[in-house]
Amino acid sequence: MKRPARIWAILVVAGFAAAAGAQTATDGRRSGFADMSPALQAIQRDDMSNPAMLWVAEGEAQWNARAGNAGKSCADCHGAGESMRGVAVRYPAFDAKARTVVDLDGRIDRCRNEHQRASSPAPESRPRLAIAAYVAFQSRGMAIAPPTGGSLDAAAIAGEALYRQRLGQLNLSCAQCHDERAGGSLAGVAIPQAHPTGYPLYRSEWQGLGSLQRRIRNCMTGVRAEPYPFGAPELVELEVFLMRRAAGMAWETPAVRP
Amino acid sequence: MNATRRTTLAGIAALAVAPFGAHATPETMRAAIAAVASGRPMREGKVTLDIQPLVDNGNTVPMRVEIDSRMEGADRVRAIHVFNERNPQPHVLSVAFGPQAGRASLSTRIKLGDTQKVVAVAEMEDGTLWTAGVDVIVTIAACIEGIE
Amino acid sequence: MAIPLVNAPARVRRGEVFEVKTLVAHPMETGFRPGMNGTLIPRDIVQRLRCRFAGADVIDVALSPAVAANPYVAFHVRAERSGTLELTWTGDNGFSASHSVAIAVE
Repeated sequence: MKRPARIWAILVVAGFAAAAGAQTATDGRRSGFADMSPALQAIQRDDMSNPAMLWVAEGEAQWNARAGNAGKSCADCHGAGESMRGVAVRYPAFDAKARTVVDLDGRIDRCRNEHQRASSPAPESRPRLAIAAYVAFQSRGMAIAPPTGGSLDAAAIAGEALYRQRLGQLNLSCAQCHDERAGGSLAGVAIPQAHPTGYPLYRSEWQGLGSLQRRIRNCMTGVRAEPYPFGAPELVELEVFLMRRAAGMAWETPAVRP
Repeated sequence: MNATRRTTLAGIAALAVAPFGAHATPETMRAAIAAVASGRPMREGKVTLDIQPLVDNGNTVPMRVEIDSRMEGADRVRAIHVFNERNPQPHVLSVAFGPQAGRASLSTRIKLGDTQKVVAVAEMEDGTLWTAGVDVIVTIAACIEGIE
Repeated sequence: MAIPLVNAPARVRRGEVFEVKTLVAHPMETGFRPGMNGTLIPRDIVQRLRCRFAGADVIDVALSPAVAANPYVAFHVRAERSGTLELTWTGDNGFSASHSVAIAVE
């Protein structure tokens, strides 16, 4: 591939943005970044040491590579990757053509199917995470700005209901940990407020990159509930609600978490 | 790379696959260190082993090891070896320094399966050995995801 | 295909010591983890990272499974004359990756 020179060039500016992710909003909302050890914070702050940048570099290569039966690259339609600045902070969004709410990964996948006429890589596969990371990385440092509108408002209401619904054998809701007990600890580990400010992100537990849907499914397994499948409307609804709940917070992709 | 360095690394490669049993123990770590020392005494000092004392996830533990050395003459560092007490194997890594090395230092990230001691051993050009150890507490994440 | 990321300065002063930071995509599967069916997932690690500058050795690292996934290794190089910094990673199952950077010494 072409060396990701452009990525490194962006880093000087982006470094400030990453640091901004550390700020705690005056309204008490905290990014999970604020609760991490200084050692992990240092990894996120330095793109030269952030392993998630491996996916961003692969995503840049994908952005410029022709694919599918249409033989088109992302760049053929969209131009430079920087044209995606501001996109990740306003997803999930309503897709008028599909008449449904899609998250960023879903939007990219539709583009891949419709415009490149390429098949979908498996959820959480490397190519899928890499392109999402590259697109989301373009918005680093921006404020989360969820759009509104009929279908999105309905999705947010459904998402909030899911967030407050007790689930699984442990009979716990998202809110019981991440609203009522955030800042406390579970088995010695800090309970974060669950603001999705940096996905896809590098989780030490995963030893790799993962999406917000993977994180939510992980939590569902944690309360001994059967997770919704990847791409399920319920997961997208939860994403809509969580992004609204985090509105105005600084975008960190690609974040690092324990 | 000269013969001594090559031998040093080959020895460690053999050590890494040696059957120490299901898990390293303080004893197997001592045995692994003794294999490097081959009878030479070890002194505390010169070695800075920088690892955070409390780790939030053992899969990604930043580690920096640096030896106080001018990297000239007898004060050159030939190699650094890092060991642990309670992972499946005691060896973590070894680094041999060549003539273009600017400092006897290495930063990396390691896995620690449990609360344990990590030990670094430096071999100087004159054959002397220096060491330092750090105790690390590892907390394991709650709600660990199953292997999919 | 592994794409390593290497950060090194393009220009340095003669005799200057500079830091090189490297990352390579690799699972560093330890060989000690059971998979879904209860049997161990076979070991798959990077065994060695070697760096040379201007034809001479900088570092030669032997890695065990205890090195974290997507290995990050940073170290210092002394530059006396212009040359190429060459990095090679080799590992289990024929894994191999390399990267080189030209560095001008002024």
